Amino acid sequence: MHLEFERDIMEIQAQIDKLLDLASRKGIDVSNEVVVLQGKLRELKSQTYDNLSPIEQVQVARHPKRPYTLDYVERAFTDWIELHGDRSFRDDGAMVGGWARLRGRTVMIVGQQKGRNMKENLSRNFGMPHPEGYRKALRLMQQAEKFGRPVITFIDTIGAYPGIGAEERGIGQAIAFNLREMSRLRVPIVSAVLGEGMSGGALGIGVTDRILMLEHSIYSVISPEGCAAILWRSAEHREKAATALRLTAKDLFEQGVCDEIVPEPEGGAHTDWDLAAANVGDALDRVLGELSALSVDKLLEGRWAKYEAIGAWREA
Amino acid sequence: MAWFRKDKKPLQAQDKRDLPADVFEKCQGCGEILYRERIAQNLNVCPTCGHHLRISADAYLSILIDGGTFVEHDANLRAADPLGFIDLKPYPDRLSAAEAKGKTEALRSGTGRLDGIEVVIGVMDFAFIGGSMGSVVGEKIARAAHVSLERRIPLIIVSASGGARMQEGIYSLMQMAKTSTVLARLHEAGVPFVSVLTHPTTGGVTASFSMLGDVNLAEPEALIGFAGPRVIEETIKQELPKGFQRAEFLLDHGMVDRVVDRRELKQTIALLLRHQFAGWTD
Ligand SMILES: [Zn+2]
Repeated sequence: MHLEFERDIMEIQAQIDKLLDLASRKGIDVSNEVVVLQGKLRELKSQTYDNLSPIEQVQVARHPKRPYTLDYVERAFTDWIELHGDRSFRDDGAMVGGWARLRGRTVMIVGQQKGRNMKENLSRNFGMPHPEGYRKALRLMQQAEKFGRPVITFIDTIGAYPGIGAEERGIGQAIAFNLREMSRLRVPIVSAVLGEGMSGGALGIGVTDRILMLEHSIYSVISPEGCAAILWRSAEHREKAATALRLTAKDLFEQGVCDEIVPEPEGGAHTDWDLAAANVGDALDRVLGELSALSVDKLLEGRWAKYEAIGAWREA
Repeated sequence: MAWFRKDKKPLQAQDKRDLPADVFEKCQGCGEILYRERIAQNLNVCPTCGHHLRISADAYLSILIDGGTFVEHDANLRAADPLGFIDLKPYPDRLSAAEAKGKTEALRSGTGRLDGIEVVIGVMDFAFIGGSMGSVVGEKIARAAHVSLERRIPLIIVSASGGARMQEGIYSLMQMAKTSTVLARLHEAGVPFVSVLTHPTTGGVTASFSMLGDVNLAEPEALIGFAGPRVIEETIKQELPKGFQRAEFLLDHGMVDRVVDRRELKQTIALLLRHQFAGWTD
């Protein structure tokens, strides 16, 4: 499984694999050839990944092999214990949460969770939470507040689920309530956009002191497909919409919404999950260290000021 | 986010010829042909069937606020084009087209008296780019909430919106966070916030300030939801049940406190505010 623009990269990788296989089976020394190919591979990867178009960024952010929330939890954290349910309706598999330790610091993690195959997506619902997912997330964040522990949220969703049950149980209210309550949570709270952060479904766990974005992640008010369908009257114009929306990590950083871009392994997070997780762990550890030094009042003042300042208008 | 096309008005050729539109209007609820004047006198509620016609922000202000007491705030704020957004048209062209109809943005705000009670009020206007929430709407609501907070007077917001203003990209999404953040402070300060949801209130507005009232009131039959009905239909590939996402459906499911007839809206809000805060009982 690979993306269109990854073809050449995959070909060189296949050549290297073939040579190494040959070497191990026949005992031939291929190290010179491999070194040359690896150099070529590195160069091609950086050339490709440093110059992705917006729609290619969208494809990388949604890469089927990209690590998801629990893949980061497994690699960057220890002592993970997952907690379930919103205490009201059911447990939403599209939103996970629980306690873990990040390099000696206990944290509460909540995040959207995509499934990697159809079977997983029966419970994960393709990472599209229902209201109970947002209510579970808030319950856990408030538990963290009770015990004075910081919160980390991992954003990776194409949106909240648009369905009958979701509307019946108040998906709008659930997200709205999270926004309000997260803004006054009396512990440090940091979000990291892992893949795609689309619409209110992403923001529903995204009101935080710091917004981190992985290098190839995207964050947008609406998916490029949805935007194209409405403004261009056809989803086929997704490429134009992806460009117009300015949704890449670099765009968000320039717009002052993203606070920090977390570098990905050359060739994207999907090529090296361990390294991607280590980078995320490093960034979170450092940011939580900074935020933990602040008094609760300073923390909240900063959070309010951050959100109240977002916008662009002029005076007539 | 969800957006809405204009309601289809099945105006027949016969109607057009016989009934000058500026004098008569056909009710979308019961089909009766009514004098425009008579509907207007009835706060744009059909006297026959009670159907609520969509009205402007100005109309809500004159319904809710005591005559001569409204002082508009921040009327000079205008949308910028931070992304240089161009779809089929450049965003600035859409803005000027909307401004040409005599509106400056999708929300008007200010202070005034509601049945003698000093309030801060914001009213959305669906006629301005589908009542979409961009930076100006968010900023006006934030400033309105600050006036409420400083003067300790209630905040009332009347919503009518298709959702976020996509042309402002991430800024429009973040207005959901911005408005909810200031409402958290109002909540902590013990100042009332009454949300009135009118037809239609969807997308990012439903998933932020409009669902955060101490009391959420909805006009009869108003469409209220997060996802638009068409998006839901396309996702689940089945027809939606009758009355889905209407005000009465939200009342049944516990999402709004009351469905209130427009003709009783002002007195309902006044009664609530008098209950909520002892200072306003006189
Ligand atoms: Zn009627």
